[in-house]
This record gives sequence, C-alpha cells and structure tokens, in this order.
Amino acid sequence: MREAVMKIIQCMLSLIVIIVASLSMVSVARTDEFTKEDLKRWEQEFLTVVNEGDNLFHSGKLGGNTVSCDQCHPNASNTHPETYPKFQKQIGKVVTLLEMINWCIQNPLEGKTLAADDPKMTALQAYITFERRGVKLEPGKH
Amino acid sequence: MLNSDSDRVDELLKEDTMKHLNRREFLKGAGSLIAAGALPVSLVKVALGAGSASENFSFAYISDSHITVPAKGTSVRNWDRGLIRAVAEANLLTPKPEFIIYGGDLAQLGKKEEIDLALELMAKVDTKVYYVMGEHDYYLDLGKHWESRLGPQWYSFDHKGIHFVILNSILTHDEWTHSKKWSTPMDRMLAMARLDNPSGSPFMVGEKQLEWLKKDLQKVSKDTPVIVCSHSPLQKIFKGWNFWTEDAEKVQNLLKPLNKVTVIYGHVHQIQYNQIGNISFHAVMATAWPWPYPQSYTQQPSYLPELTVQMNRADPFFERDATGWQFVNMRTGNVDMHYQLPHNQNRSVVFSAQAGKPVDTVYQPAEKRIQPQTHF
Repeated sequence: MREAVMKIIQCMLSLIVIIVASLSMVSVARTDEFTKEDLKRWEQEFLTVVNEGDNLFHSGKLGGNTVSCDQCHPNASNTHPETYPKFQKQIGKVVTLLEMINWCIQNPLEGKTLAADDPKMTALQAYITFERRGVKLEPGKH
Repeated sequence: MLNSDSDRVDELLKEDTMKHLNRREFLKGAGSLIAAGALPVSLVKVALGAGSASENFSFAYISDSHITVPAKGTSVRNWDRGLIRAVAEANLLTPKPEFIIYGGDLAQLGKKEEIDLALELMAKVDTKVYYVMGEHDYYLDLGKHWESRLGPQWYSFDHKGIHFVILNSILTHDEWTHSKKWSTPMDRMLAMARLDNPSGSPFMVGEKQLEWLKKDLQKVSKDTPVIVCSHSPLQKIFKGWNFWTEDAEKVQNLLKPLNKVTVIYGHVHQIQYNQIGNISFHAVMATAWPWPYPQSYTQQPSYLPELTVQMNRADPFFERDATGWQFVNMRTGNVDMHYQLPHNQNRSVVFSAQAGKPVDTVYQPAEKRIQPQTHF
C-alpha cells in the first residue's frame, strides 16, 4: 500500500516536471517562429530603405530647383504621416501621404511627381514614417 | 501725464499697441500692395521716455532670405519673392525706419552669386542696412565674400543713445571647420546648411569675439540700452537644429551688469521670445520659409521658452504663410517687436515694465489668449 502511494507521488512529480518543462518550451518555440537572423535581416532591409529616404529627403535632387524637403521639414517634422489619409482642405478631397509628397515635389520643389510604386516614393514614406515612430495613428486628424 | 517710462509702456500696452502701430500707420500709400496680400517685413520701433539721453525711433528687421542660385542665371522664385516683398514693404513704412538690420542667411549655400543676388535685391532698400552673418553665408569660404561686400563680421555702433552690437554667433569648433573629412569647401557648407544634421556642430561666439565684446561693453555705461543682434539664439532651445549657441551663457554673463539689454536673433524662422534675468530675447521671421516649433520632432526633447505664444502651423499652400519681416519700436530703451505676417494676423510683442518681460499685446493675457493650433 505504502509503495503504491509512493509510486503515485513519483508519477505525479515527474508529470509536473514534464508539464513545467513543456510550458517553458512553449515560451521559446512558437509555430512558425522567426529566427533572430530573420528579424535582423528584415530590420536591416527596412533601415536601408529608410536611409535611402533620408538621403533623398535631404538631397535637393527630387525637384527641379535644388530645394530639398528638409528645408521646411527638418527631421520630417510637420509632415504628420499618422494623420493620413485625411481630408486635405486645400485640395478638397481625402488624400494619402503619397499625394502630399507629390504635391510638395511639384510645388515648392518645382519637379515632376513620382509613381506610387517608385522605389524613391517608398523610401520617402519609410523615412517620414520612421521619424514619427511611436506617435499614435490618427487618420483624418487636423 | 504719465509719470515714468514704465507707466507709458503699460499704458500703451493697455491701449493695444497694435492699433497705434499697425500697418495703416506705417504703410501709407501701400494700398495696391496690401490688396495683393501683405508683405513679409517686420518693423521695430525703439521708444525712450522723457528725460532719457536717447530718443525714440524705429528700425526694420529683415532676415533669412536663403537666396538660392542653382546654376548661373537661375534662382528659386519662392525665396526671391519673399525678400523682394519685404524690401518693398520696408520702403513704404511711414515714418521711415532709421535703418534696417538684416539678420543673416542672405544665401543658401554661401556662393558669390547667391550673396550678390541677395544684395542686389537688398540694394532697393532706401536706407542704411547693417548685416549679421548667418551660417549659410559663412561655411563655403568662411565669410570671405561676405566680408568683401559688407565689412567686418562683428562690430558695434551707436544710434540715438542706444548701443548696438552685431555678433557672428555661428562660428564653431576649429576642428570641425578645418576637418580633413571635407573634400571640398562645398561639402562643409552642405553639412552646415542641413539644419537636422546629426553630425553637425554647435554654433558659438568663441573666445576671440567674447574678449572683443567684453572690451566693447566697457565703453558703455550701465544705463545705456544695449541691443545685441546675432544670427543664432543666444539661449539654448534645441541643439538638434542649432536653435542653440554653445557659449550663450558666456555672452549672457557679459550682458548681466547692464540695465537694459535685448537680444534679437534670426535662424529659427518663427516667433520666439523670452526673458532671462535682465535680457529680453526676440526672434525674427524668415522671408523665405517657416520652420516647425522643435516639439514637432517627437524623438528628442526641446526647450522652447514657456513665455512664447506660438504661431499657427504654416499652410504650405500659401507660400508666404508664416514668413514675414518686422519693425522695431525702441521705447524706454526696450524693444517693441511688430511682426508683419502676410497670411497670419500681425503680432506685436512689447516689453512690459510692469511684468518685466516681453508680452504679446493680443495673445499673452490668459483670459484673452487664443490658443494657436496644436503643433504635433
């Protein structure tokens, strides 16, 4: 009788050990987990494009008159990417950040607009948004 | 009959200085220009009380035109128009300003053609102009062309009992200026022209000029009102954009023994004002383009003076919005700064003897204050 009780207790203890061990394993490995190497590479890919956007933003080569974006928007400030799409009162319709970037290229920069899928447009949006990281999304805000 | 200078100032404040000194007074005969839209100029009037050794007078202040010449025979229309408009307005002021101070950054990249074109536009001013050096005028040839056209980089003069000091506050560490990392002088110019450059270098007045300032001020009695004009703020607001002078405290210490001191600076392209001890501070507008207030950049802390009532966010669809010029009225040795803002309501920031600091004649009192749009 006594031996039987001991065996049951032993079984329960080993079960607890197995459960604890498997729980801790769950916290490490998840389904389709990304490796550290993956995350590092993707971050680098992203930051490379942010950096390209940073260079373009400060280059004076986007438009036709050597004026650069940062002359009015140091650190991409006062661009408010978190508020787009929004109703742009001066244009009279809801527009995206992309359309506002093209507005600036055409007007103060006296240049030609970029296509939506132009890598330069992607890079500019990446830089502008990255300089605004941490600010909550407020589409439509004025 | 008012008993003292300060009574007079505060009386005028109550009456709303804007009404006395609005453009109707100063821009007689400017009807067609006003109809075309307001011009970017600020006029400054200096007023002194009865019995003072100095007289009241006005001068105008134009700054930060950033005239850009991409290639020979071309220029950036937007920036040209800002300066042309300021000059046209300043010429229409009645009474005529006794002189004009230009607050720095005539050029964008310090090129001869840029400085020459800016001075050609400034040549239409029909009164004497005193120039302040800006970093955009300096870092290509270290001020050589500017000096050849305009004279010494720092100097002082007296006008109707007021001592004016013009400083070059945009110098920096010799190691940065003469670094081997610059393959051409234009590389250095471009690095300094970029406001948000993380590998930039802080502005400073430097020991040589501080020594000169010390000697210059020894010739001035403590009761003489002093106005110091610099390009960068002689106070620390935001290092990331060089809204900052590294040795600002050293300059402030030299100014401490004086009774009435005002510092007027450009560079920031926005309305700012402050009072530190005996020193009143005023920023002037750019004729070219406005800058956001530094808190609009959320990744770093900044220190805009709490006293400053901010402007509205600029509307980019009106290219002169949030640009401007100013006129200064000297009164009791203090500065009343009148901002002329084409697309915004004009603002007057006037020294109040009662409050002991500059106050906005319309927006400052809490009960009258209309909050500007939120800067975010």
